Amino acid sequence: MVPLLWYLTLAAALFCVGLYGVLARRNAVAILMSIELMLNAVNINLVAFWRYLTPAAMNGQVFAIMVFVVAASEAAVGLALMISIYRRRQTVVAEEVDLMKW
Amino acid sequence: MPPLQIVFLVASAATLVSGLLVVVSRNLIHAALWLIVTLFMVAVLFVLLEAGFLATVQVVLYIGAIAIMIIFAVMLTRRVMKDPGPQTNKQWWLAALVSLAIFAALAAILFQVPWTVTNASVSPDSLTDLGKSLVDTNRFVLPFEVASVLLIAALIGSIVIAGGRD
Repeated sequence: MVPLLWYLTLAAALFCVGLYGVLARRNAVAILMSIELMLNAVNINLVAFWRYLTPAAMNGQVFAIMVFVVAASEAAVGLALMISIYRRRQTVVAEEVDLMKW
Repeated sequence: MPPLQIVFLVASAATLVSGLLVVVSRNLIHAALWLIVTLFMVAVLFVLLEAGFLATVQVVLYIGAIAIMIIFAVMLTRRVMKDPGPQTNKQWWLAALVSLAIFAALAAILFQVPWTVTNASVSPDSLTDLGKSLVDTNRFVLPFEVASVLLIAALIGSIVIAGGRD
């Protein structure tokens, strides 16, 4: 069986890749994609903990399903915001949308 | 080395490489396509973890809905796709540094904790149990209903935000 540590290390690496994308990308749609990467890393962790620590209880899988739901809502609302911003300002570059930035 | 470990190593290497390509690709369509590869590889990892239902949901919901929606959004904001300038902001090196530092910290903690793993196998009717636990009043029926309300709210909200009436 694959050690639990391998899954956790992979999830940590994937999370940090997503974090880099969120912090460094200029395009807001690319930032959303990076957030999806981070959520997937969390899901790997949840399912790995479920499988290796409590395979009899379904809590881990239910948590993963909740993360799916939140990811779907976040993507829908986020992309709607991108399209709305693009329609008004002809840009989705995050640093050009700075009306509320002091 | 057991075959499962080889499958895991291949899948995790593919996950990480395609994930990196998502964040460094200059062309956003390419980034979205690499995102699909990453999501599919995560589904493979779910299969390795014997969570078949989640793997199916991953393919249907993430690849079938979210990734396609992201591709639509990239196409609807087309001018940016051909943006000739740099795709990362000026602090990209700081972002890389922070990510690497967090990964190092996480790895240091993960390697110190003595994980006590059970050897219990997944029961064959775990999917039935998962379905029942979502509608059982003593378990997860409240989060389940809240999640459906959240989905409806997100749906209506995104229609209101994106559907301009001009």
